[in-house]
Parts: sequence; structure tokens; C-alpha cells
Amino acid sequence: MTARPTSRRVRAARMAEMAARVVSGGAAAICLAAVVFVVGYIFVRGFGSISVDFLTDIPRKQMTAGGIRPAILGTVLLTALTAALAVPIGVAAGVYLSEYAPRSIATRAIRLAIANMAGVPSIVYGLFGLALFVLLVGLGKSALAGAATLACLTLPVIITATEEALRQIPADLRHASLALGATRLRTVGRVVLPAAAPGIVTGSILGIARAAGETAPIMFTAVVFFGPEPGSLLDPVMALPYHLFIMATQAVKPAPTMVWGTAFVLVFGVAALNMLVATWRSRRRRRVKW
Amino acid sequence: MTLHDFRPIRSDIGGRLRRRRVVEAAGRGVITIAGWAAILLLAAIAAFLGLNALQALRRVGLWSMVAGNSWYPTSDPAAFGFLPAEGGSLWVSMVALMFCVPLGVTTALFISEFAGRRLKEIAKSVVELMAAVPSVVLGLIGIALLVQPIKRLFNLPTGLTALTAGLMVGLMCLPTIVSIAEDAMHAVPSDLRHGSYALGNTRWQTAYKVVLPSASSGIFAAVMLGMGRAIGETMVVLMLAGNSGLVPSSPFESARTLTGTMAGEMGEVVFGGMHYSVLFAMGLLLFGATFIINLAADVLLERQRKRWRR
Repeated sequence: MTARPTSRRVRAARMAEMAARVVSGGAAAICLAAVVFVVGYIFVRGFGSISVDFLTDIPRKQMTAGGIRPAILGTVLLTALTAALAVPIGVAAGVYLSEYAPRSIATRAIRLAIANMAGVPSIVYGLFGLALFVLLVGLGKSALAGAATLACLTLPVIITATEEALRQIPADLRHASLALGATRLRTVGRVVLPAAAPGIVTGSILGIARAAGETAPIMFTAVVFFGPEPGSLLDPVMALPYHLFIMATQAVKPAPTMVWGTAFVLVFGVAALNMLVATWRSRRRRRVKW
Repeated sequence: MTLHDFRPIRSDIGGRLRRRRVVEAAGRGVITIAGWAAILLLAAIAAFLGLNALQALRRVGLWSMVAGNSWYPTSDPAAFGFLPAEGGSLWVSMVALMFCVPLGVTTALFISEFAGRRLKEIAKSVVELMAAVPSVVLGLIGIALLVQPIKRLFNLPTGLTALTAGLMVGLMCLPTIVSIAEDAMHAVPSDLRHGSYALGNTRWQTAYKVVLPSASSGIFAAVMLGMGRAIGETMVVLMLAGNSGLVPSSPFESARTLTGTMAGEMGEVVFGGMHYSVLFAMGLLLFGATFIINLAADVLLERQRKRWRR
């Protein structure tokens, strides 16, 4: 009569299995629901404020009316500059790690530094940018200083994305190019990098999109609450995240439509950029095969 | 055409080769320098924080900042004690971790062990979406939806508390914890799982007897990195924690954090003055703390990688 205890154990195991599925599935559902709620809430509250005027007018009557054009332009400028500064260095560093770096303690240290940089709080980058770019280099509070600070913050993301993308490229491709007499640099420039471009671009855009939403690093290095549109790279600019921060925390509350509209533009502008890149990438992926 | 005519061409080939070699070496040099950029930058961050904190370290002293319990930076005489901010940072990150670690690790377990392929893809990309929401927007949502309910629910004088900020910060850490913990579980070779199934174990038995122990260092690393993010999060706490000057004794009080203090006050200081220098000392402390946390996480991840590398 050994069947009984066994069946009890089986039943207990089945119960535990059910419970585990329900509990972990529930946790996952809570997580997903939280994300969907946050994004949905911004959409619902912000969508109504979006109009041509809102996007193209300047703020009026102490943020109770008008639009956010200067903040949009400022963020676009900051983001483009950040990309221009961070992408060349980041891609080169990724190429170094994937194609040139020896297996040594030094290389391990570089990887450690990259992982560590990704974890440095954004406000610390802000202090660093203030001390180096704004005060020591003398750029002052300017779009350039802010973009340089954001570029430091984005660098680890781009390096990691590039290295990852380059590793996906089969070694055969490199060997074939080298066998045809191409130098190493040419192999990288003409064969490996173009093949890895989708991965590099996607990863870089993700990093840069995150930089576009950062507030702490640009607070002391680039932004003003209210100012004219940027005339030169050495002028301070308005930016969406900072604009949102001030509107949300100042004592005189501006119109809710202004606040949520700004949040909407920030979140969904970034999301649209991501989506665009994702589509481009999947299209390219279908074309390139090995 | 005589044989003579080939000579200049041949020497030109030599020139091209030489030029190519120069370009090659130059390219290699540039790439190598860029490769070292991360180390250079990290060193530069430490150096600049240290340099600007020097004045505070000399005149106020490290210990009286780190262990000083009042923060009156603009009074005369000024008091530069970090304890209110350290206490606030501690409460905020404890609240954040207490809710996002269990939730995040369990979610990772579900994604890795129980979900089907389609659900897995969807769940992963939705969680990633959270990472794309700027922290200032989460702060705004906290102001709109969390502050009043918390004030009423716990009958507090203000809804701007360490708890309020901690809940929102926890939401921010969620994608970090879920994706790194899921990676760790995913990295456990499926042979191990199949072996466990073959011995008659259910999925759950396999998960907690085989997968979780094998992925433990990676999961621990996920928690560490989540903690690093929680301590370093700035905008959410600046907007939601209340920025009081006292050492908080519970998460239901208003609190200031290290990050919030720096972000809130750096805009108002005299550059080069003592308050400025003290804020840099605070930055140095925060940098040191996150540096150690990240290093520990990296050691754990490396151990995990070595364990399953064949």
C-alpha cells in the first residue's frame, strides 16, 4: 500500500505548482499593469492638450497659456548634440573592445569601468559637468556643456550596444575580408560596422532617448526655466524635462493641461523615436542574412 | 612601353602601402584611446568631485559631515551634517527595495520559467518600456496620484514623505531588477532543467531547487544594481520626499536625500564657496557608495558568468 503516500505527495506538488504559477503570474501581472497604467495615464491626461498651437507657440501668461516650442527645440538640440558627441567615441570604444582589445587585466578593468559608469547616479554627472564643462572649460551654462554632460552619461550604453552588436557578426566575414587583402581598419569600417549597424543604431538611440528625459544632469549645466530659443550652442536652453519639473513643483500651479501636455510630448516623443528605429531595424534584419 | 615605365608605378605601390600602414596605425591609436575613455572618465569624475570637495574636507572635515546630524547650510554658523540626507536616502531606498525586490524577482521567475515564448517577449518589452519613462514624469505622477492618498491613509501632516518617494523609486528600479534577474535565470543551462524534469520534478520544484540556486549570484547582483539605482535616483525624491531638514525616524516623515539635496541646492550656491564644496563632498560620498555597490554587483555577475561558461 505505497500508492497512498505517493499520491498525496503528487497532489501536494501539484498544489505547489499551481500556487507558484498563480503567485508569480500575479507578480508579473502587477508589474505589467503598473507600466501600462503609468504610460496610459500620461496618454489620457496629456492627449487632450496637444494641438498645433501647443507645439508651436511659446509659453504665455506665466505658463497658463501658450505652448512649449522653445522647450521642444531645446531638448531636440541637446539630444542631437549629445548624439554627435557620444556616438563617435562610444562606437570607437565598442570597436576597440570587440576587435582590438587583448585578453588582459587592463581590458577587464575597462569593462569594469563601463559597467560602473552605467551605475553612477545622474546627479553626480551633473556635478561633474558643472565642475568641468561649465566652470573649468568655461562653456558656462550652455547647450554644449549640457550635451557634453549627457554624452558622458550615455557613453556606457553606446559602448555596450556596439560591442554586443559587433559580437553578433560571424568571424567568417572578417576572415574573408582580411583574406582579400583588406587591412584590419578597412575590415572594420567596410564590413563589420555596416553589418552591425542596426544593432548599434538601436542601442545608441535607446541610450540617447534616455538622456533626452534626464533632468538632473542638465539642471546646472544647460537649462533655464524661461528663455528665448537657442541662438548659439553657448546659450542656455529650455528643455522639456526641466520645464516639467519646474511646472510640477513651483508654488503657483500652472494649468494642468500645460503640465500633462508637456509630459505627453516628452514620453511619446521619445517612444516614437524608439519605435521608428525598431521598425527600421526589423526591416534591415529581414534583408541581411548569413 | 619599356620596362622603365613601370618603375614609378612600383614605387607608388610602396607609397600606398606606407600610407595605408600610417592610416592603420592612426586608426588603431584613435580607437584605443576611445577604448580607454571609460576609465579616463571615471577617473576624471572622481578627480573633479574630489578637487571641488577639498575645501569642505579640509575646513569642515569628513567625519563631521558624514556623522553630523544637522543640515543648516545657509545659517550662520552653518551646519553641514549629512545625517538627515543619509537617513532619508536610506529610508527611501529601503521602501523601494522592500517592494520592488520581491515583485521584480518573482516577475523574473515567471518570465523565465513559466511564461510561454510569446508572453515572454511581450512581458520583457513592456517592462523595458518602464525604463524609458523619464524620472521627472514619475515624480509628476506621484504628485498627482500618491501624495494626497498617502496623507489621508496614514493621517499625516504632509503626503510628501520617504514612503511616497520610495514607492515611486521602487517603480523605477523594477526594470533593472526584472531584466537582470531574468538574464541570470535565463543563463542557467537548460540541461539542468531537463535533468530535473526527467527526475520527475515539477516546474516549480525545478525553479526553486535548481534554477534559483544556480542563478543566485546573478539575482543578488540584480538586487545590488537596483539598490544603486534607488540611492542615485534624483528627480523623484526631489519632488516627492519633502526635503525636510531633520533626521527622519520613520518612512512616514518628510525626508531629504543625498541626491535631492545636491539637486535642490546646487542652483542657489555661490560657485567656489563652502556650501558648494560641501555639496561636492556629498557627491563624492554618493559616488563612492554607488561605486562599491556596482563593483560588488559586477563581481557577482562575473562569478555567475564563469560558473556557466563551458
